[in-house]
Amino acid sequence: MEWDALLLSRLQFAFTIGFHIIFPAFTIGLASFLAVCEGLWLFTKKPLFKNLYLFWVKIFALSFGMGVVSGVVMSYQFGTNWSLFSSITGSVIGPLLAYEVLTAFFLEASFLGIMLFGWKRVGPGLHFFSTCMVAVGTLMSAFWILAANSWMQTPQGWEWAEDGTMVATSFVEVIFNPSMPARFGHMVLAAYLTTAMVIAGASAFSLLKQKALPESRMALRMAVLMMAIVTPLQIVVGHESGVVAHEHQPAKVAAMEGWWTTQPRQPTHLFAWPDEENETNHFEISVPGMGSWFIAGDADAEVQGLDQFAAEDRPPVWITFWAFRIMVGMGLIMLALGVWGAGAWALKRLDTARWYHRALVLAAPSGFVAVLTGWITAEVGRQPYVVYGVLRTADAVSPVSTASVATSLMFFIIVYAIVFSAGALYILRLMAKGPDSHEAPPQDTNEPPGTPMGAGVQEA
Amino acid sequence: MVFGTELSMIWAILIAVAVFLYVALDGFDLGVGILFPFAKDARERDHMQAAIAPVWDGNETWLVLGGGGLFAAFPKAYAALMPALYAPIILMLLALVFRGVAFEFRHHGRGRGKQWWTIAFAGGSIVATIAQGLVLGGFIQGVTLVDGQFAGGPLDWLTPFSLLVAASLVAGYALLGGCWLVFKTEGELFERARGWVKRLALITALAMFAVSLATLSVDPRVTARWGLTMTSVDWPTFIKLAPLPLIAAAICYMLWRGADQRRHLAPYLFAVGLFLIGYIGLAVSLFPYIVPFAMTPADAAAADNALSLMLWGAVPMLPIILGYTAYVYWVFRAKVDDDAAYH
Repeated sequence: MEWDALLLSRLQFAFTIGFHIIFPAFTIGLASFLAVCEGLWLFTKKPLFKNLYLFWVKIFALSFGMGVVSGVVMSYQFGTNWSLFSSITGSVIGPLLAYEVLTAFFLEASFLGIMLFGWKRVGPGLHFFSTCMVAVGTLMSAFWILAANSWMQTPQGWEWAEDGTMVATSFVEVIFNPSMPARFGHMVLAAYLTTAMVIAGASAFSLLKQKALPESRMALRMAVLMMAIVTPLQIVVGHESGVVAHEHQPAKVAAMEGWWTTQPRQPTHLFAWPDEENETNHFEISVPGMGSWFIAGDADAEVQGLDQFAAEDRPPVWITFWAFRIMVGMGLIMLALGVWGAGAWALKRLDTARWYHRALVLAAPSGFVAVLTGWITAEVGRQPYVVYGVLRTADAVSPVSTASVATSLMFFIIVYAIVFSAGALYILRLMAKGPDSHEAPPQDTNEPPGTPMGAGVQEA
Repeated sequence: MVFGTELSMIWAILIAVAVFLYVALDGFDLGVGILFPFAKDARERDHMQAAIAPVWDGNETWLVLGGGGLFAAFPKAYAALMPALYAPIILMLLALVFRGVAFEFRHHGRGRGKQWWTIAFAGGSIVATIAQGLVLGGFIQGVTLVDGQFAGGPLDWLTPFSLLVAASLVAGYALLGGCWLVFKTEGELFERARGWVKRLALITALAMFAVSLATLSVDPRVTARWGLTMTSVDWPTFIKLAPLPLIAAAICYMLWRGADQRRHLAPYLFAVGLFLIGYIGLAVSLFPYIVPFAMTPADAAAADNALSLMLWGAVPMLPIILGYTAYVYWVFRAKVDDDAAYH
């Protein structure tokens, strides 16, 4: 492995997008949660929903800000580091990204201003509308970016033009490519679960500390409800996504499962240590036939292994295998916590189950871990292609110098480390404090109480 | 072809408009950051930031439309320019990260933390502006291409010309920021902002003059466009374009007078007008290139079906976007209250 502009550009893209996805994954769900809280407040007039809104909107503002700035980086990096990719695929996925800006980014950014600062400038109805627009914007953004990414996984509806670039033959086929529906669903549910885990963890922490009891009890119930319903659904959608991947990207699934040989009764490895040099696994603990059953619905079915692909056409196996296992592990933890929570709720012990609360605090980051490892599975599993089966990653990189990319990568790491540490500190500090049960009603000031500035008012 | 115009030319105009809106809008909030070090105290800085906090995110989205739009409509221009301007683009992105998060972080930091994010906001705004100036300068100079791909060195963009453009842009954005503060503040800060605007109007005028002269010498094609050569003047060509600098001078004077006469919104509008004249002058100089002296919009354009699909989206969406953007500005039309923020 040579430390050239290609490898460094891949690392830089992985680092910057990995950093970026943390925030949308959280804010997509949080925007919807805030819309629900504000709607319930307007409908029931119960102050606890307002208190929840005013608490979580501060965390939303912090997270959204970090998502915005790291997102602007992405829109330029296609050009700075992947200029060949850009010029070759621009006519096909460019319009999808343009639609993302036109239908989602402006909507989110503009109504965010009213959501955060317009508390006293517009009526409650319009404020609620703004919150909803932000929530809708986050979902539309997810739709377009998942459409573009899914096309890179399962490209269709395109042909080569004379000048060596790709052109679309049907944009409907490009947008609704085979893997898009399952992958979009998988991502949105993942975002909702990520948010639910954070809200559950923060609420459980408040309950353990005996703070903001009505708010925390309500938020915990909302989160447990989400976990209990969405986790099983997510497992079904994720499985569907895996079946689609097997159909169109069999090498990816073979790497995810650590299948080196094509054979009937493919196992599911509960544990294994893939050895890419010798094309085998060490320390396998497996359930024979379970893999074939997952993929084909028949434990005796023959399923493709990596031996069907030349070594230079295979994705890195170890990373794909383990990222996938960690993601599934997180999903199982969420499933268990959802069942445990639903059980405790049914037995009316949800507010007093201290071990459950402790488990939730520990599991608060599980959604982030699942999202990151899930994306690593998807993107590393697509290698060595950037557009699967069509364009190799090595043929997509910009003609920039190794020194340039090494320098920029170093600065990205430094800047993101600073920004992430500070952002995490401020968010955790807010969470430790918990919702304010006695949040003052909005004053007739320039800065509404829902904003961080408003928080400053109270602290001062 | 739509209404007898090439789709690529329509998109070139749309992207030019998006970039101009970016400059006119994010220019003022970057400018407020540039003026941060000149504020009297933390409280004044809080007001300065409050004057832009609800709208900066929407403003910056025009930059995403500029970049994303260039990728989508002119992938070959995007692929040629971005690697050529690698360092200043990355510098701009990193600086925008710092100043973007500083909006929220300043209010959560305590003591040292707040101080640090204040510096990050000002520093990020200044560095982002410098980087944009370097990008603009590097763009005007043109980039070395072989078969449509960048083939130059990593520091090609670094010339006295690009440094001059960068310094001028700092003055120009500071002017926009000062004018915005005149519009949004009252009392002591309003008076201080008026003083900044008067000085910056003069500095910006000188900077524009210098950049204009320097641009003429970048490439003989630009000089010829204005009807000038080293030894002679093609009067019929020059006369047609001569009003541009004259209008710019007049706007500068009216801007100065607007600030002097304690007008509120007029200085900002004049400042935008000044940028518009400069922008038109630049467009005249570089037309019809989208990558100066190397690619026209038709050369760099995406496939026609991509351009027309996007036009179907842009035609209804842009008016809607402009509509709700205007609405948000209307909601926050009031002056930043001098007393309300921190009690």
